Amino acid sequence: MTSVLGVLFDGFAYGMLLFLLSVGLSVTLGMMNFVNLAHCSFGMIGGYVTVTLMNSMGWPFLATLPMAFIAAAATSVVFERTMFRRLYRASDLDQCLLTIGLVFASVAAAAYIYGTIQQPVNLPSYLRGSYQVMGVTLGAYRLFLIAFSLVVTAVLVISLEYTRFGAQVRAAVDNQRMARGLGINVDGAFAITFALGSGLAGLGGALAIDIVGLDPSFALAYLVYVLIVVSVGGLGSIGGSFVAATLLGISDMAGKYYFPEIGSFLIYLVMISLLMWRPAGLFGRRA
Amino acid sequence: MTSTDGALAGPQQYLRAQQRWRAIEIVFWLSLLLPFVVTPNYLVLASQVAITALFALSLDLILGYAGIVSLGHAAFFGFGAYTAGILSKHGWGEPLTGLLISGFAAGLLGYLMSFIIARFRHLALIMITLGFGFLLLELANSLGWLTGGADGLQGVKTWPLLGMFKFDLWGVTSYWYSLIVLFILFLVCRRLINSPFGLSLRGIRENAVRMRAVGAESRAHLQKIYTISAAIAGIAGALLTQTTDTVSLGVLNFERSADVLVILILGGAGRLYGGIIGAIIFLVARDQFSGINPQYWYFPIGVLLVVVVLFLPNGILGGLAQIVESERWQRWTANLTPWRKKP
Amino acid sequence: MSTPALSTRGLNKNFGSLVVASDIEIELPQGVRYALIGPNGAGKTTLINLMTGMLKPDGGQIQLGGEEITALGPEARVRRGLVRTFQINSLFPHLNPLEAVTLAVCERQEVSRTWWKPITAYSAEVDEAYGILKTLMLAQVCYRQTRELAYGQQRLLEIALALATRPKVLLLDEPAAGVPRDESAELFAAVTNLSQDITVLFIEHDMDFVFRFASRIIVMVGGRILVEGTPDEISADPRVREVYLGSAHHG
Repeated sequence: MTSVLGVLFDGFAYGMLLFLLSVGLSVTLGMMNFVNLAHCSFGMIGGYVTVTLMNSMGWPFLATLPMAFIAAAATSVVFERTMFRRLYRASDLDQCLLTIGLVFASVAAAAYIYGTIQQPVNLPSYLRGSYQVMGVTLGAYRLFLIAFSLVVTAVLVISLEYTRFGAQVRAAVDNQRMARGLGINVDGAFAITFALGSGLAGLGGALAIDIVGLDPSFALAYLVYVLIVVSVGGLGSIGGSFVAATLLGISDMAGKYYFPEIGSFLIYLVMISLLMWRPAGLFGRRA
Repeated sequence: MTSTDGALAGPQQYLRAQQRWRAIEIVFWLSLLLPFVVTPNYLVLASQVAITALFALSLDLILGYAGIVSLGHAAFFGFGAYTAGILSKHGWGEPLTGLLISGFAAGLLGYLMSFIIARFRHLALIMITLGFGFLLLELANSLGWLTGGADGLQGVKTWPLLGMFKFDLWGVTSYWYSLIVLFILFLVCRRLINSPFGLSLRGIRENAVRMRAVGAESRAHLQKIYTISAAIAGIAGALLTQTTDTVSLGVLNFERSADVLVILILGGAGRLYGGIIGAIIFLVARDQFSGINPQYWYFPIGVLLVVVVLFLPNGILGGLAQIVESERWQRWTANLTPWRKKP
Repeated sequence: MSTPALSTRGLNKNFGSLVVASDIEIELPQGVRYALIGPNGAGKTTLINLMTGMLKPDGGQIQLGGEEITALGPEARVRRGLVRTFQINSLFPHLNPLEAVTLAVCERQEVSRTWWKPITAYSAEVDEAYGILKTLMLAQVCYRQTRELAYGQQRLLEIALALATRPKVLLLDEPAAGVPRDESAELFAAVTNLSQDITVLFIEHDMDFVFRFASRIIVMVGGRILVEGTPDEISADPRVREVYLGSAHHG
């Protein structure tokens, strides 16, 4: 019984991580239909920024998080302005190829600079321990991760619902042509959203180090999870991403805990079945 | 080249001219025999190239011609490879029938998948192909009793080809075998591309909506080409098993799907020869740079992909074709060879 | 009277709260030339999308030659002879006109399933395609990639593709859209020369052509049929005048 709750807790924390990593891609895909497979490469940048600042410059963990966000966001803007924007009207294939090329290059570059080993991260003591609640062990870091992600989610939802910029983004996701017709600067809104989304991925990359580790294969390994979250949740839907990430986190954790032999197998099977049932995802309105 | 002098010809002559074998094609195929004479120490690599070229050719059918993006084509390659390996391990090492059975098995899997594939486009399609690739990899990993799991399949022994030619260490038999299979299946693909069915595939790639409006059976076409492509990929995988006598999980992994995509795009998709040219360049380059850490190898590959997408959208062959068809080139060659000038 | 070539009964379609088709009842007798006119946003193209199955109606029925086709997909309707062209060119950019029209002919003849015989083995299909291109004055450019053709030639190719399917009912969505006035004569000639066996419904903004060519005219406004009648009746109808004078600047 306690182990069930423990798995649920760990799975939920893991799901929150996946949510941070994927929500940006979901919104930008919904806006521009641009298949950015390099999204997790931006996440990886966040991870390496945190590692570098902590281990080489002695920054405290929490102070590195904003830098991880900024570095990932800034890098993504450079790529968006110089390369991606040229392919918004190109085929899926071209978008896939360009961004998978960037994934390859980023994996190799990370291996060159940092080596292929897992990067260590020394969490501050207040994030290291764990609490016993009704017999269930709750890791302090996972509690922090969950709280942090819930705050981010709340901020995202509120700013999307109640700010002028949020309204523009929603209009662009809903119907890009009509949004342009209404005089909304869709390209500008997209560039900002893109940067914010990549920044969140960078944050996710930094927060992921203690949970899943950080090595150059991160950009590729978590891409698959992120794509599952986005396609199952439905494009452009924050709520959908949240639900899908939670489900994926918990079921992946439970699968690996209870059926270690076929754990990952189940995930892909569930994903394919879900997409066959609803090609546009659980909360998506269009395929 | 087609616009000016072709307009005078009737449609029949025009189409026949389009489908004729060109001298450069014959030269190209003959040149693939050169490794036997020029680089006999590299025949093992040469057969790898031929196998990869065949795999790329199978992807070209669905991606280059029908426009179906697949990030999981290794599923069929790996399925063929394991089928051939398991057959051989359990006592049937005859290569030709093994090849046919593996191709049939992969084709069957492709046929089943095609019901799903034909329904999707865009992100869902990418996800389904990607997920299916991972699914098969995980399945092979879990079924250790059948596949050997992470250790790979042990005890694969392929019998001599036609009962006469043993698979030697230098790869003489392997290269002959792979090259001949590649050539035969290339002929099949060439015929397919030049058929009414091939024309309809290009129609689907160009404009799927319009295909509906001319009453085309697009879904049936897609299912058919997906099955054929899967069968050819399976044959390529079986060739790899038979020429190396090993099968590992590597035949199914994402890198293999991504590599073949890179190879095809680099060479030029939708041109039949693109995959072959791409395979030669990719594998020879990887062999030349095998000294460096394989982790770094993907840096130039990644950059190359970016460059190809941004600046050379039709690959190397597409770029060459553009040069050859450009007016400047035409004028230049016309000056070089005045006897080719038209009256 | 014989069965109408195409008829709709109570056709409805909403996009959210926007009504784009409301209770559309149309009957096209065999071989007629009907024009469908109305201001922008009246739902003309939507109606064609509903008739050809590219949109699913919320309610109502469509019959082709007396046969119920409401549940059929677009491909199946084309095979039964209900064919359309597109207002915005929807062609095969990297195929040449000969290939594109041959493709359509092969699909109609169901020979496009065969992959072991070269296309040159189907000379009847190729000749038929070439013949269609010839009648539409596209033979001279039929080996050029579609994307390189002049705009007006691409509009003609739209019609050629439709003819290759041997339509019984042809729905033309602004055949001359985007073509400069002085060049539209070729397109109107192509439409005028269509076989009398084909029933034609066309959307067009050029009123000269509409009144010259159409035997009857349907006027649509706001997703409804306002009035239907002969050109004389329509030009005399005060409601039509009001619609057109009221929104004349929309062209």
